[in-house]
Amino acid sequence: MLDFPRWKTIGISIILLLGIVFSIPSFLPTKAFESLPGFAQAKVNLGLDLAGGSHLLLEADIADLRKTQLTNMEKTVRTAMRGDSGPDDDIAIGELSNAGGGISFLVRDQAQLDEARERLFSETRGAGLTGQRDWNINVVDSQRIVLTPTSAGQTQAVANAMDTARDIIDKRVNALGTREPTIIREGDDRVVVQVPGLQDPAALKELIGKTARLEFRMVDTNADPAEAAAGRVPVGSEIVPYAEGEGSGAPFEVLRRQVMISGEQLINAQQSYDPQSGQPVVSIRFDSGGSSTFAKVTAQNVGKRFAMVLDGKVLSAPSINEPILGGSAQISGSFSVASANALAISLRSGALPVKMTVVEERTVSPELGQDSIEKGVLAGIIATVSVLTLMLVVYGRFGVYANLALVFNVFLIIAIMAAFNATLTLPGIAGFVLTVGAAVDANVLINERIREELKRGRRPFQAVELGYTEASRAIFDANVTNVIAAGLMFWFGSGPIKGFAVVLTIGIVTSVFTAVTVTRMFVAHWLRTNRPTSINI
Amino acid sequence: MRLLKLVPDDTNYDFLKWRKLASFMSFFLVVVSIALVAVKGLNLGIDFVGGQSVRVEFTQTMPPIEDIREAVGEIGVGEATIQQFGSDSAVSIRTALPDGDKAAAERAGQQLVAGIQKAFPTARTGSVETVSGKVSEELLRTGAISLALAMLGISIYIWIRFEWQFGVGALGRLFHEVALTFGFFAITQLQFDLNSVAALLTIVGYSLNDTIVVYDRIRENLKKYRKMDIVPLLNLSINETLARTVMTSVSILLALGVLLVMGPDVIFGFTAAMLFGVFVGTYSSILMSTPVLVWLKVGPHSFVPRTVAGIEGGERVERKDDGAVV
Repeated sequence: MLDFPRWKTIGISIILLLGIVFSIPSFLPTKAFESLPGFAQAKVNLGLDLAGGSHLLLEADIADLRKTQLTNMEKTVRTAMRGDSGPDDDIAIGELSNAGGGISFLVRDQAQLDEARERLFSETRGAGLTGQRDWNINVVDSQRIVLTPTSAGQTQAVANAMDTARDIIDKRVNALGTREPTIIREGDDRVVVQVPGLQDPAALKELIGKTARLEFRMVDTNADPAEAAAGRVPVGSEIVPYAEGEGSGAPFEVLRRQVMISGEQLINAQQSYDPQSGQPVVSIRFDSGGSSTFAKVTAQNVGKRFAMVLDGKVLSAPSINEPILGGSAQISGSFSVASANALAISLRSGALPVKMTVVEERTVSPELGQDSIEKGVLAGIIATVSVLTLMLVVYGRFGVYANLALVFNVFLIIAIMAAFNATLTLPGIAGFVLTVGAAVDANVLINERIREELKRGRRPFQAVELGYTEASRAIFDANVTNVIAAGLMFWFGSGPIKGFAVVLTIGIVTSVFTAVTVTRMFVAHWLRTNRPTSINI
Repeated sequence: MRLLKLVPDDTNYDFLKWRKLASFMSFFLVVVSIALVAVKGLNLGIDFVGGQSVRVEFTQTMPPIEDIREAVGEIGVGEATIQQFGSDSAVSIRTALPDGDKAAAERAGQQLVAGIQKAFPTARTGSVETVSGKVSEELLRTGAISLALAMLGISIYIWIRFEWQFGVGALGRLFHEVALTFGFFAITQLQFDLNSVAALLTIVGYSLNDTIVVYDRIRENLKKYRKMDIVPLLNLSINETLARTVMTSVSILLALGVLLVMGPDVIFGFTAAMLFGVFVGTYSSILMSTPVLVWLKVGPHSFVPRTVAGIEGGERVERKDDGAVV
C-alpha cells in the first residue's frame, strides 16, 4: 500500500493535468474559444436539445427511385437501338413498355436480335465490385427482349442515389450559412440532418425536401380542353397539375412529354426581382448546350406557350413573345423572397436523385435549449456539492480524498468528451449527475471496507491495504455490468439514448480510475508521510 | 472530528426472517404492475406511437387548458393530449399519428404549429417533434431489444463470474425492478418515451451494481465461514454491506432529487423514473436478491469443489436436506 512507485504518481498526475487542460476550452465563452490555436479547439458539443436546432430524418422514396431507374433505362434502350453511325445502324423496335418492374420491347427483325442484345450488354455493366450485372437480359418469344433489374443492381442504384443525395443535401444546407451542420447517411435509405441553432425548421425542410427536378416543356396546343378535363390527351402529351397556389384558370396544363431543357443544363440560379412586377423570382442561366436548344425551340415556337415544371408540378406557363437567345430565363410563381432563395439554392445544387420525405423531426428553440442548460447545470452543481458534503461528513479525511477524485472525475469526463468531440444532450446531463452519484459508490465501498477492517482490529496500513484490494473485486464486477448496459444502449438505442450511453460509459471508466487509483495515491502519500497509528474514518 | 454514521456499527438485523413476506410482497407488486400496464396502459410518447408533439410557452398569462383544448380542436388534427409542465406556463400538446403516407405526420405538425400561433399570437413554440409511424415502430423495437439484451447480457456475466444461482437471482431481481418501473409509468401516466428506456436501462445497471456488491460479499463469506448455515450467512453478508448500500443510495437519491426539483422540466419523467428505480433497488438489495439463493441451495460447494474435500480427507462437508452445509 505504501509502495506507490514514483512513475505511477507522475503518470497519474500527468493524466489529471491533461484532464484539466483539455476541459478548459469547453468552459470558455465562444469568443475566447475561437482565439485559441486550432489544435486546442476541441470542446464538448451541445446537443440540439440544449443548443436549440433541428434534427431531421429523411427517408428516400425507393419506389420513386425504381421508377426513375426504369425511365432512364427506357431512354438507354432507345439510344442504344438507334446506333452510332446513322440510320443504317438502327434496330427497329416496338411495343416498348416499362410495366411490371422491367422493360420489355420487340425487335422487329429477328436477325437483329443478337445485335440488340450485344448492344444492351455493354449498357448493363456490373454492379459494384462483385461483377454481377445490374440488369438481366432475357429473350422471350424469340423476338422480345426483357430487361429486369437484378437485386445487386438495385442495391447499387440505391447506394449511389443515397450518396449523391447526401452530397446534394450537404450543399444545400451549407448554402444556408448555418454553423456546423451534420449530414450523415443512416442505414440503407436514410439521411440524418442536424442543424444547430436554427430558428426556422420550415425553411430547412423546404430547402432540403425539394427534389428540384426542373423541366421546360411545350404546352400541347392541339389538346382539346374538354377532352383533357375528361383525362384524354393526344399521344405524346400528358396532364401536369399546377403547383399549389399557381395557375388561374384550369388546374392543370396539357404538356408534351418531351423535355425541352432540364435542370442539369443549368449553370446558375439566383433569387432576384421581376423588373415589371417587383415580385421575387428566380433567375437562371443555361450552359452553352442548353442556351442553343432554348434559342432554337423558342425561335420555332413564337406565339406558343411553354411550361416550367418543378417536381412534376407546373409553376408557370408563359407565352413565347420572342426567341430567348441569351441563355437566361426567369422562373416566376407565387414566391416569397425566402422561398425564391430556397428554390435557387436547390436548383444550383442539383436535383435529388430520389424523392426524400421527412419521417422524423425534432426541433428545439434556442430559448428552451438555453433554459435547459441553465437549469441542468445549476442542478448538476448543487447535486455535486450535496454529494461532496455528505462524503465529507461521513468519511472525514477519506471523504476529502474521494471528493478530490470526484472533482478530477468531472474534469476528465469533460476532457474526454471534448477530445472525441462528443455531444452532450439533455439526458446526458442526467447521465452526468448519475455518474456523480455512482462514482462515490466505489469510494463508499472502499471506505466501508476500511472501517470494517479497523473494527476487526487491524492496524491502519493493513486495514487500508485490505480495504482497497477486497473492494476492488466488487467495484470491477459492478462496473463491467454497467458498461454492458451502456454498450447495449449505444448500439441499439437511437438519439437521446445514445447521448446518455456515451456520457455514462465515459463516466464509468473515469470514475473507476479516479475513485480507485487516484484516491489510493493520496492515501498512500498521507500514510507514508504521517505514519498514523489510528485512522478516523 | 466525529464522523456521521448513517448506519450504526455492528448491525445484526435478521433480514432473512422477512424473506417470505418480502417475496410475497414483491410478487404481489410485480403482478399489480403488470396488471396496471395491461389495464391503464402506458402513456406512450410520440417516439413510440408516432404523431406530433409541440411544446408551447405562454409569455403572458396562460389561458385555461380548456381554451387550449378547444383551439387545438378547431385546427382539426384530431384528439389532442395536453399536459402542463410543472409550474411553468408551458404545455405540451400531443396529437396522434394522422392517416396517410409518411409525410402525413410532418404536414400535421406544421398545421398544428401554424394553428396554435394563430390562436395564441403571444405563445412561443419551444420545440416541435414529429415522428412517422414507421420510425416509431422501429424505435419501439430497438428500445425493447436493448432492454432485453441488457438484462440477458448482465445475467450471463454474473453467471460466469459467480454461479448459476446468482445469475438466476440477478435475472429475477432485474425483472422485478423493470416490472415495477413499468408499473410506476402506468400509475403516474408519465410519458413513456426514448428517455424512459434510457432510465430503465440505467435502473438495470444500477440495480445490478447493488446485487453484485451483496453477492460478492456472500461469495467471500461462503469461502470464509464454510460451516455456517446459509440463512445466518446471508444475514451476515447483508448486514456487512448495509452501510454501503444505505450510503450509496442516499447519495444517489440526493443527486437525483436535486435534478428532479431543479432540473429542466423536459427530463422530469426521466429523473422521476430513475429515482423510483433507485428506491426500489435499495429495497431489493436488502430484502429481495438473497432469498432466491436459499431456495436454489447455494452453499460453499458452489465455490469450493466438494469432491476434493471428501476424497482427499480435507475438511469434511456434509449436506443436509435444506441445502445448508454443516
